[in-house]
Amino acid sequence: MKVLVAVKRVIDYNIKVRVKSDQSGVDLTNVKMAMNPFCEIAVEEAVRLKEKGVADEVIVVSIGPKVAQEQIRTAMALGADRGILVETDEPLESLAIAKLLAKVVEVEQPDLVILGKQSIDADNNQTGQMLGTLAGMSQGTFASEINVGENCVEVTREIDGGLQTLSLNLPAIITTDLRLNEPRYASLPNIMKAKRKPLDVKTPADFGVNVISGLKTLLVESPQERSAGVLVGSVGELVEKLKNEAKVI
Amino acid sequence: MSILVIAEHDNGSLKDETLNTVTAAVQIGGNVDLLLAGENCNAVAEQAAKISGVNRVLVADHSVYAHQLAENISLLVTELAADYSHVLAPATTNGKNFMPRVAATLDVSQISEITAVVSVDTFKRPIYAGNAIATVQSMDKVKVITVRATGFDAAACDGSATIESLDKVTDAGLSSFVKEELAQSDRPGLTSAKVIISGGRGMGNSSNFNLLEQVADKLGAAVGASRAAVDAGYAPNDMQVGQTGKIVAPDLYIAVGISGAIQHLAGMKDSKVIVAINKDEEAPIFQVADFGLVDDLFDAVPELAHSL
Repeated sequence: MKVLVAVKRVIDYNIKVRVKSDQSGVDLTNVKMAMNPFCEIAVEEAVRLKEKGVADEVIVVSIGPKVAQEQIRTAMALGADRGILVETDEPLESLAIAKLLAKVVEVEQPDLVILGKQSIDADNNQTGQMLGTLAGMSQGTFASEINVGENCVEVTREIDGGLQTLSLNLPAIITTDLRLNEPRYASLPNIMKAKRKPLDVKTPADFGVNVISGLKTLLVESPQERSAGVLVGSVGELVEKLKNEAKVI
Repeated sequence: MSILVIAEHDNGSLKDETLNTVTAAVQIGGNVDLLLAGENCNAVAEQAAKISGVNRVLVADHSVYAHQLAENISLLVTELAADYSHVLAPATTNGKNFMPRVAATLDVSQISEITAVVSVDTFKRPIYAGNAIATVQSMDKVKVITVRATGFDAAACDGSATIESLDKVTDAGLSSFVKEELAQSDRPGLTSAKVIISGGRGMGNSSNFNLLEQVADKLGAAVGASRAAVDAGYAPNDMQVGQTGKIVAPDLYIAVGISGAIQHLAGMKDSKVIVAINKDEEAPIFQVADFGLVDDLFDAVPELAHSL
């Protein structure tokens, strides 16, 4: 089967973001960028399916600026076979991304599409589900276990209060949660090999997709900071303060 | 203006997040209807009809809605959406699952996890794990919104809405339910608890979480965990508080053996009162704690349980 994985270039998860002084957004100049952590898990799962003989081709797609080729190369170093970049310098909303991915799905006809459940920049948690609808596919979001069967895939999902297992008709969309797997690191020989793997570059115009969004960001501000309180000397003092000062117990 | 709120429930009872979502709807203004899609959910309909601010409770009772399959629920909501200016659902794993499908079918953007209503078309939502707050305006014909429960108070329950049943059955036939394993607990849920005590990597192993449970029993609290504790296998993932887990804002949050990584703070920094117990006085958790206790948790937590 053919597996398509979508990845996003985002700010490195270790970096604390700063809001621009004009409140127009977050300052990303000279900030380390990386593959979104949930997307790494998606790549890893696809590669494992290939290693198990379930998948015979893993294609990785990203939508973003030219430098997003770095993240596609990383995915290929981890084991993806080829890459597609839909190049755009515009920051796109989830709906536009899902429309572009739906076009890629139309061309590639994958049996399974694996995406991260959310990107750690916009924290939207939308793209996989939107793609599911646009491509007419079933969906298993927040996956912690995947078992591919005949014409179907069983997905165990992380839901509030526990786990839910669904059976999805193929083709299907899966979005990854943290416990699905632990992504590997790319080895140096594989990083070198990835440089020679094919990478197609397209534009939104090639797919005839209108990427205009109905949303406008008016303002981005820093959240209210909490200030440090007091250190207490003993459990007794803590209980006394919670009872009489904070009145929460 | 007319707003449709999707109820969160388990066919037996209404989940509290629904009440916070109704409050967000009331703040937007206009007529508020509640959709209850499930199977054999009459008891929930009775509960829902009491929510103040709700005009009608629309009940779609059929086996295709029993397990809240996203493909089926989203078709139903999309059909109803034509009559509304806003569609709101709680940002639970369920709301997050089906709402983007509704938005995509309607060809509109979704506004995820709003924490404040600015006006009928403008909302605030956290981005970058809560390290920035964006104010976004929607020009779309229907506003599809998920609501972070901790941003809004719960609506009161002294109303009397009318209950109407819908005979729409939308079955996409794309997926089916296999099984569910839900944690059995008499404790309140993390997102609705007034008091939460959470453990981090400092707990050392899973059986030490018993220490937290003893305190939780005394306070009627929920028990949570940091991602580090979950990754180490000390606690199941549904207990995780943080950017990638649950977002909570109880009256009292007690962080035990938690260093205070950005990703954890993103999930609990809106709590009213934060207590940190950690033997490392340099731990960043102390920078957000109202009351900090530098002590070995294995001494302090049993003493705390004893003195409550």
